[in-house]
Amino acid sequence: MGKIKYHILVCVGTACQTAKSEEILKNFKELIKVKGLETEVQAIQTGCFGFCENGPIVKMMPDNTFYTKVTPEDCSEIIDEHIINGKKVDRLLYVSPETKESIGDSRHKGFHKKQIRIALRNCGFINPENIDEYIARYGYQALGKVLTELTPEATIEIIKKSGLRGRGGGGFPTGLKWEITRAVTSDKKYVVCNADEGDPGAFMDRSVLEGDPHTVLEAMAINGYCTGADQGVIYIRAEYPLAVERLKIAMKQAREYGLLGKDILGTGFNFDIEIRYGAGAFVCGEETALIHSMEGLRGEPTVKPPFPSESGFFGKPTNVNNVETYANIPPIIMKGSDWFSAIGTEKSKGTKVFALAGKINNVGLIEVPMGITLREVIYEIGGGIRNGRKFKAAQTGGPSGGMLTEKHLDTPIDYDNLIAAGSMMGSGGMIVMDEDDCMVGMAKFYLEFTVEESCGKCSPCRIGNKRLFETLEKITQGHAIAEDLDKLRNLSNVIKDTSLCGLGQTSPNPVLSSMDNFYHEYLEHVHNKKCRAGNCKSLMQYLIIAENCIGCTLCARNCPVDAIAGERKQAHLIDQEKCIKCGACMEKCKFNAIFIN
Amino acid sequence: MAKIKLSEKKIEELKDVCKSFNNDKAELINVLHKAQGLFGYLPAELQEVIARELNISVAHVYGVVTFYSFFTMLPKGEYPISICLGTACYVRGAEKVLEEFKRVLKIQVGETTPDGKFSLSCLRCVGACGLAPVVLVGEKVYGRVSPEGVKDIIAEYSN
Repeated sequence: MGKIKYHILVCVGTACQTAKSEEILKNFKELIKVKGLETEVQAIQTGCFGFCENGPIVKMMPDNTFYTKVTPEDCSEIIDEHIINGKKVDRLLYVSPETKESIGDSRHKGFHKKQIRIALRNCGFINPENIDEYIARYGYQALGKVLTELTPEATIEIIKKSGLRGRGGGGFPTGLKWEITRAVTSDKKYVVCNADEGDPGAFMDRSVLEGDPHTVLEAMAINGYCTGADQGVIYIRAEYPLAVERLKIAMKQAREYGLLGKDILGTGFNFDIEIRYGAGAFVCGEETALIHSMEGLRGEPTVKPPFPSESGFFGKPTNVNNVETYANIPPIIMKGSDWFSAIGTEKSKGTKVFALAGKINNVGLIEVPMGITLREVIYEIGGGIRNGRKFKAAQTGGPSGGMLTEKHLDTPIDYDNLIAAGSMMGSGGMIVMDEDDCMVGMAKFYLEFTVEESCGKCSPCRIGNKRLFETLEKITQGHAIAEDLDKLRNLSNVIKDTSLCGLGQTSPNPVLSSMDNFYHEYLEHVHNKKCRAGNCKSLMQYLIIAENCIGCTLCARNCPVDAIAGERKQAHLIDQEKCIKCGACMEKCKFNAIFIN
Repeated sequence: MAKIKLSEKKIEELKDVCKSFNNDKAELINVLHKAQGLFGYLPAELQEVIARELNISVAHVYGVVTFYSFFTMLPKGEYPISICLGTACYVRGAEKVLEEFKRVLKIQVGETTPDGKFSLSCLRCVGACGLAPVVLVGEKVYGRVSPEGVKDIIAEYSN
């Protein structure tokens, strides 16, 4: 890094960019010029630090000061105080919600203490648009080592021994997958990177691609060498324009450096990568559907076998891995399988990236060792529940997963424990819910998603999920009977057993897991027509407190459906049959006489 | 659906797009992305041209267009408004924001206001979950939107 004394790292991931981080970067660059600090201070763009809730984030190196919620107007103060006067700008430091202390050094923050960053090792450290910075952090060394020192078999052995499992959701052992693809003889093979992150509320892959695109390219080349493929394809969502742009820049630079293309590093190994775009279909996360989509077809899954490793893209053997899986490969090659397998639990090695979102204080991107407990994630890293509310559930695995509750808070998180708890690892979305969230409503929300995203090929998924959704709707509207609950459970099991692909086989999970953990809420909706979270609008009741009502008739005159009756100067009454729950009466009442039950 | 006459010039542009992908049917999705970028939406007439150029059936093109949520056969408003209904936004009240947009604009999801100014759609996660709930107007992202803030957003584009 030369003679430069200070580096100002500005996050330009999607979340921070939305909050004007590009303007912040521009301001820093201009100020550095104006004040003649070019030889000492450098402002650079980096990928996601993970602390998205408090963005835009600016990090000062080498002292690790972490400024949060920075505005473009703050730049000159940071330069004047921090760099010229050597004093931290206190008002921009992160304040711990528990201790109320402002924290100057990011490494001491609860948010960072429990994290181990492997897949995200470069996010927030390097400029993703500059290949030299990636190389300076051991980038492309793993590829060099593999090509010059190791055979494909030996490389696969390292991956196998490391215990790395697919991070896209299924958890299939990565090394084994590579070995199977290698074993098939064919004139042409493909390796594919699945960057079609469709789980709503998850943004792990996007952050890796935006913050460290080269790691994916390097790992894909290693994969190509191991499996015998000379062509890589990245299948990415069209909704991620920034990630696409960074990938394109990275690919261009890698080609210029001879790290992609013909005769890589003079070893005779040829490998190049192209990008194909998704167009918004959740089911395309499934391997076979993804491959059909890459071929320009509707993204409908097909029965396995044949597996893509035998017959995939254009009928050729194809190895599909997800972004995060790839991001783990270079460090494993460089540091060895023993280093990697020392992290994590017996059957789940290494780390997992989670996108922490929902009712939690520190929304953001985290990477934690397998085996960490939900309690540590939510309370230590996540900083607890927003507004001091009570934790109710955390959904992992998105629409395919289930709800973890209070009793799971101390269960070590790994592939197998999550399945045992009725959820799954999934790609890494973790949505935290508090007592204001209705669990029946959540199940309905996920089913609505599945109904919309079902490709329609097989009837259990196409029709069954629709019926599940309708039943849930009935429950939340207060029209359900006890029998509906049994139907819900039975139908869920049928859909799981008979659907063609992973989407249908897992889509009833939110229903089953919410029924297992919150059956009392279902019963309340059905028998008492009550939603304890107050989310289900149809079950809400606007009521008038007779003692407070002076009979001014204001509410009755404002009711759009004439549901309020009562004589002047006498307590009024709301006809629940007519009431549409618009809330107009409550808004107008000057005597706090109307409340929601 | 009303018949739309595509101008010769636009058709030529579209043919060039197909050609830039070697008229390869496996590139259909990429072609559709470009075409939608060019025209704003994908009316039936346009799909017929693409089908001819790539030498595939119109049914094939239509099947793909209707399968993927990113493609639309209806023109969007001058200012397309998209409300994120990803899980993170949902638990932070995106549904109420959507209701408010519907109420104020007097249109449903997928519709455009009679003056052609605003259209309303939902999307799943732009990945800015730290700012939930999120609303997009065109390319501009609005974070932490409350139902009360909806009128202000619309007012920004109303003149």
